[in-house]
Amino acid sequence: MSAAGGSDANAGAVSGAAPALLEIDNLGKRFGGFVALENITLSIPAGQRLGLIGPNGSGKSTLVNCICGTLRNEQGTVHFGGQKLDGLTAHQRTHLGLSRSFQLPRPFVSLTLADNIRIPLLYAVARRRGSHHAAHEIEERCEALLGQVGLDDKAHRLPRDLTQVEMRKLELARAMAAEPKLLIADEAMAGLTHSEIEDILALLIRLNEQGVTIILIEHIMSAVMSFSRRLVVLVSGRKIADGAPDEVMRDSEVERAYLGQ
Amino acid sequence: MRTPLFVLIWLLISAAVLAAAIALDNDYIFFAGYVVLQYVVLGTAWNILGGYCGYVNFGSAAFFALGAYSSVAIYRFVTDNEFYNLPIPVLMLIGGIVSGIVGFGMGYLTLRLRGAFFAIATLALAVVLQTLVVNWDYVGGSRGAYIIRPEQIAPIGNYIRYLFLMMMLLAVAAITIARLIEHSRLGYGFASIRDDELAAEASGVPTLRLKLIATTLSGVLMGMAGAPFPYYIGYLQPSSTFGLDYAVNSIAMPLIGGTTSWVGPLIGALLLGSLQQIATVTISSAVNLLIVGFLLVIFVIIAPNGIVGLIHTYLQRKPEDFVGRRRIEAEMPGRVP
Amino acid sequence: MVFSFDLFINAVVSGILIGGFYAAVTSGVSLSFGILDIVNIAHPAFIILGSYLAYIANATLGVDPMLAAIVMMPVFYVLGSGIYQIYYISFEKRGQESLRGLAFFFGLLFITEVTLVLYFGVDYRYVEAPYIGPSWHVAMLDIPLRILAPCLVSLLMTAALQIFLTRSFLGRAIMAVAQDQLALRLMAVDPIKIKRIAFGISIATASLAGAFLIIIQPVEPSVGREYIGRIFAICVLGGMGSLPGTVIAAMLLGIVESLTSTFYGPSWAPAVSFGFLLLTLAVRPAGLLGR
Repeated sequence: MSAAGGSDANAGAVSGAAPALLEIDNLGKRFGGFVALENITLSIPAGQRLGLIGPNGSGKSTLVNCICGTLRNEQGTVHFGGQKLDGLTAHQRTHLGLSRSFQLPRPFVSLTLADNIRIPLLYAVARRRGSHHAAHEIEERCEALLGQVGLDDKAHRLPRDLTQVEMRKLELARAMAAEPKLLIADEAMAGLTHSEIEDILALLIRLNEQGVTIILIEHIMSAVMSFSRRLVVLVSGRKIADGAPDEVMRDSEVERAYLGQ
Repeated sequence: MRTPLFVLIWLLISAAVLAAAIALDNDYIFFAGYVVLQYVVLGTAWNILGGYCGYVNFGSAAFFALGAYSSVAIYRFVTDNEFYNLPIPVLMLIGGIVSGIVGFGMGYLTLRLRGAFFAIATLALAVVLQTLVVNWDYVGGSRGAYIIRPEQIAPIGNYIRYLFLMMMLLAVAAITIARLIEHSRLGYGFASIRDDELAAEASGVPTLRLKLIATTLSGVLMGMAGAPFPYYIGYLQPSSTFGLDYAVNSIAMPLIGGTTSWVGPLIGALLLGSLQQIATVTISSAVNLLIVGFLLVIFVIIAPNGIVGLIHTYLQRKPEDFVGRRRIEAEMPGRVP
Repeated sequence: MVFSFDLFINAVVSGILIGGFYAAVTSGVSLSFGILDIVNIAHPAFIILGSYLAYIANATLGVDPMLAAIVMMPVFYVLGSGIYQIYYISFEKRGQESLRGLAFFFGLLFITEVTLVLYFGVDYRYVEAPYIGPSWHVAMLDIPLRILAPCLVSLLMTAALQIFLTRSFLGRAIMAVAQDQLALRLMAVDPIKIKRIAFGISIATASLAGAFLIIIQPVEPSVGREYIGRIFAICVLGGMGSLPGTVIAAMLLGIVESLTSTFYGPSWAPAVSFGFLLLTLAVRPAGLLGR
């Protein structure tokens, strides 16, 4: 993939040309009688910058959980890089190249920040490369990743010493540490200042230019609009819009269902 | 510290302890010491699954007893067929393998369950195993089993001293294994499972596989600790061998000592084990369990990280604190801040 | 194994009656584990404590054990509330309930059992009451009253608890605290207080269950251990917090235990309940009527 490879997929919003990296086909998920997701069909080409928005409770995090294997979907299938994901555990999907940050940060509380980052490096990355990194290489990588989110001065602190905002950054750094092909950032920017948002966006754009496909789930509309080349809107478990951000925002159904609230 | 050095140091300590015990020439020290060392192994084994991974096993007694009963079964077999009996290290290995297999099986059946259910399931399994053994006449069933312990064994002489030595070597092996795990990739994986299993899975940790490793390893060590037990005690009874006393001790010792490192179970077993031996002799054996229960409850409430945690907290008091205190004392003599 | 229909039907009936008693024993845990998610593995110890207190009242004052237990219920309630408060501050608040909370209750189990041994010794204790001894003969059935009476009162108690949980405000708040603590807070109800009350009630049921136990069989301190497996097996099989499910599961277990005991011998009985538990956990963790 060329250095500007990211923009190929981003040029046409849903171009059929590039092969789909993530293929979600008619996905459905219920909790007892409650239908969380219904008929979700989505095809994401490699290198895309996709924004996923929707009101609270619309099923965004549930969709992420189903893609990543934390939850099992009863209906539909998910393919990643041509491989069917059904039946694979979450860690197996991470090994394939899927990575996500959690909406409510879930740090490893008894480990330092550096060790938090070390876990995916030891398990996801080393496994994929089939080799064991030298200890100092891993150490350097941990510091580098923490530096990218501005947490390197706290590398040897524990998560309980962090603010909520810093925990979100750690969450993102940990997701990035797994060296994913597809990164799902679930509300990573809540509570950040304007300049912090800019920093994270720049980070994500850099990642994308290196070839990482990114799904950004956010409520901060300015960030979503400036980052996304394609926007998908989820309301009450259904996809109601999918296309170029400007067009989607002008869509009357989207206005009614989401922005009108 | 590199591992070979660690092992060497502990072997030297063991040799010193053994020499001191022989010099005191009181067999009771060996009898009591054997039990304490046994608990070092049991506590360390429990901690691999409980402290490192966060999965509470109430069925320690079952793995211990399986090791003991596999020795009994072998004893029956060799005496019935007039073979030579197998030496203790081999019995330990066999006991370890038996318990390891059962540990693996139990893990496979129960590790998909949430923590609380897993704990209850381990208790259930222990009772089921106990019932099976009680109903198996080959190893004596509910009547119990007798093992005739040899009087002497070269070169150490007295057989109880030999058992003491074997258990001490096993204890060194156990803490070495625990320490190796702690500083390895496996140790990080275990810690991530303990802290947040869901996030660990998402980060690429194969949680089920690691949990199975922990359960199996834990079982192996407990089985190895149980294998020489029939020779120690001479008469094995299912009700006491499978007793909850083993469960409570193997949980209390790491929790009181400290669950995050290999040092905790060692300290817990040495302190609590010795305390219990003293209490059994001076007061009664029922009281020693009361002591364990109380200490467990108290420590778990006020010192969640155990003795090791208390020491850490004490050592981590920043130097400025001490300087500050001294300064205040100088300005206002006699006043305690 | 001699199979006779008489034996079979008596075993089944006896199983149903014992099951009724098991339901009372488990109802407290349905509350604490099924609804509040607290793994109180020491519950059997409180039951045994109830048995011994009923024994004392019966032996020294000649009072009917069930009556004595009802009088003791407020004391058990206070004990339960106190224990929950300690549990909450030490573990739930810190997020340590899975390892240390469990160890806490395990320690309580031990302390209670050993204290009883030190105080009362390991002799079996039993109580005396007019309904202990006689049996009711109906056709081929032989129903000992000492099992029938506790069974009936058990079912009454379980029914009362169910009505409380579903009809009263406090009861429904308890059911709600399991599902949505935030919503409760928004209704100006303190979830911690609700949980404390619920746990208190859970321990209070142990008082009465203890009386039932000592009526049905002689008791000594380690008897509680057999019940750990039964209680959790029934709780899980019954669907974790569903009282009707608890009753059905309890009777099912009672029948299977009774049949095993009658036709295979009592030494296999402990394995039945624990085997049940393992099976349920492996096959259908949601239980029969589970949520």
